[in-house]
Amino acid sequence: MAKMKLYIGASSPAMSSEMKTGDWGTELAYIDKEKCIACGQCITFCPEPATSMVEEGDKKYAVVDHDYCKGCWICFTVCPVDAIEMKTKEIYKVEVC
Amino acid sequence: MNYFGPGHGACPGCGFPIAIRGAIEVLDGKVIAVNSTGCLEIVSSMYGRNTWGVPYIHSLFENAGAVAAGIETALRAMKRNNEAHVVVFAGDGATFDIGIGTLSGMMDRDHNVIYICYDNEAYQNTGNQQSMATPPGANTTTTPVGKLKPGKTGRKKDMVEIAVAHGVPYAASASIAYPKDFQRKVKRAAEFEGSKYIQVHAPCVTGWGIDGKLTVEVSKLAVETGLYPLVEYEYGKLVKVKKLKQRKPVEEYLKIQRRFRHLFKHEMGKEILEQLQKIADENAEKYGLDA
Amino acid sequence: MRKVVRGFYAIAEAVRLSKPNVIAAYPITPQTEIVENLAEMYANGELGDAEYVTAESEFGAASMVLGASAAGARAFTATSSQGLLLMSEVLYNAAGMRLPIVLVIANRSVSAPLSIWNDIQDSISIRDAGIIQLYVESNQEAHDMIPLAFKVAENRDVLLPFMVCVDGFKLTHAYEPVDLLDQETVDKFLPPYNPVVKLDVNNPVAMGCYAPPPYYMEFRVAMEYAMERASKVMLQEFKKWYKLTGRDWGGHVVAENCEDAEVVVVAMGSVVPLVREVISRMRQDGKRVGMLKIRTYRPFPSREIRKALKNAGKIIVIERALSIGAEPPVTADVKSALFGLNSEVYPVVTGLGGRDIPRELVERIIEDVMKGKIKPEKRYEGLNEFEEVIP
Repeated sequence: MAKMKLYIGASSPAMSSEMKTGDWGTELAYIDKEKCIACGQCITFCPEPATSMVEEGDKKYAVVDHDYCKGCWICFTVCPVDAIEMKTKEIYKVEVC
Repeated sequence: MNYFGPGHGACPGCGFPIAIRGAIEVLDGKVIAVNSTGCLEIVSSMYGRNTWGVPYIHSLFENAGAVAAGIETALRAMKRNNEAHVVVFAGDGATFDIGIGTLSGMMDRDHNVIYICYDNEAYQNTGNQQSMATPPGANTTTTPVGKLKPGKTGRKKDMVEIAVAHGVPYAASASIAYPKDFQRKVKRAAEFEGSKYIQVHAPCVTGWGIDGKLTVEVSKLAVETGLYPLVEYEYGKLVKVKKLKQRKPVEEYLKIQRRFRHLFKHEMGKEILEQLQKIADENAEKYGLDA
Repeated sequence: MRKVVRGFYAIAEAVRLSKPNVIAAYPITPQTEIVENLAEMYANGELGDAEYVTAESEFGAASMVLGASAAGARAFTATSSQGLLLMSEVLYNAAGMRLPIVLVIANRSVSAPLSIWNDIQDSISIRDAGIIQLYVESNQEAHDMIPLAFKVAENRDVLLPFMVCVDGFKLTHAYEPVDLLDQETVDKFLPPYNPVVKLDVNNPVAMGCYAPPPYYMEFRVAMEYAMERASKVMLQEFKKWYKLTGRDWGGHVVAENCEDAEVVVVAMGSVVPLVREVISRMRQDGKRVGMLKIRTYRPFPSREIRKALKNAGKIIVIERALSIGAEPPVTADVKSALFGLNSEVYPVVTGLGGRDIPRELVERIIEDVMKGKIKPEKRYEGLNEFEEVIP
């Protein structure tokens, strides 16, 4: 087996983006790019950060990286134009009889 | 390059990451982060899962002030002091309670450090034990509600005033509900030479018993009721206060949190509610909150 | 340049010559004069670019040197007794973070009852922290070991804190002729500190990460390996020091008259010259006695001790600290080094809290052991008979 590599004194280079937290929540945020006014509120408030701004021609809008979105609803609550929808992940859509 | 996250382990809806990232971004990543043991440390610095894009150090629970002072002194001695801002990120337990000695030493010697306390009002990392930042009436595991006790009794320590009393050039309170205001304060703090203290109110979803949906709303209500006044001191002088157009009754803030739920039915609840309203009223008067 | 100076000055001067970047300390008897001297040098601009800071407590001082060292600075602090105990949480942490901080301990007993006088209970109590510990017999040795401490601690094969233990008052406040080093000599020996990891915005690294169960044990065992490497590095540096200055302090231990000795006295710190004197007189009388001076206490030089004591049937250990409820600390370590040999070990606890250790006492014990008058078990010497009053 390969030897463990240990950085001296438990020091560590940045590497956490390997930890994908997108599977933590039961929901994920989706941004409607038509409604989005690119105000950046969701980016300012996202604790992860899992939101970022993209540009498509002259259209600017925010997107959510589902690799990291924990489904916390914060962006949903701060969006001034209701452009964000929280959708339950397929696996959590169970019917309770 | 991300300065903080993604991939950290904070609970969904946790308030403080908004402040941590906001602070580092507004300082353009020119930051050496010093972190005390606590929630932030646990969610961001597991070996092999380091979430920091800036140099970071965690030593102990109660020594962030002194570690930061040591770093700042070293940078000065080695003529590297223009390299970065030394910024402490410490929880309220580390700041108000166990680490107040080293923080006091740092401020007394006026080390050029920005000390940011993320205040989630209890030892939340270990499951909501009371700190001196816990407000009266809060149900914590060490101030549990019982037949005889209505949760925490006593007051929340006023750390901003304690910082001001040290004669630091800059001290302020902030809230994650107002990230731009917080960032402006961090930027302002960076303009001063010496010790700066900023305390940022940051809800804990599990400890406070709220949903992530309420994180921003609840912290906004803390400000709007006058329980968490946003104030700013420069050289001991109150220079800015967030005015409130229509100050809300404290109940509006309290009733949506599980930690205060008992106040509305406990025998001693009314007394605590009155005490909390009185604190808000006194804040309003002291800082001139009412517009 | 040979000068008659007091111990604290010899120490402070060696620290100055080692060119630390940051000194943070807090006064405590009998260490105070060391930092007072450094503070004075700082006030007079004699410390170069170094910064000297008086902390709010020893805990703060240790935390400051920890932060300074993490930032890439050469950092120094000094303390005693309660101050060391207050620092201990930070020192365990600094060792685990592999920060090569150098400390001088002006050894003093611990409270309660409060006592400012000397024994070595303070530093002995944190022997398991992962800090190199070296005990000196004189102020010359203290002076010489400080640049060496920095060099060993900062060696990339070591990277552990280094503690030079100097008996409080008995050495720190004593006048002694000391060959004071000059800058050129120290510079030749001790290069500027080149940290392997540091807080640097151009190369961001997280220091002091927490380690979950799949990692923790490896980090702690790595400290053991570093300590083992330190043992070798120290021996090399001791030799280099001898070559450079002509002063030979020996290795981890110094065996004097041990080869044919029936009885060997094991001693550490300022009691060494006294034992040496007793042994040399007894040798003149034809008695086969010797002394083993332990210099390095951590890493514990088991091999060297076993080698030096293999022919000695009877070994007296002068103990100036207790491990209450167990065998005294040095005895326990010496016994483990001798495991399997047929030696008898006589732990002699004495000199606690500054109690004098007279020459006659050492002589008598050696005589008694030689004559088979006492048993190889823990005994207290210089102790008054007493009865504890429990009202």
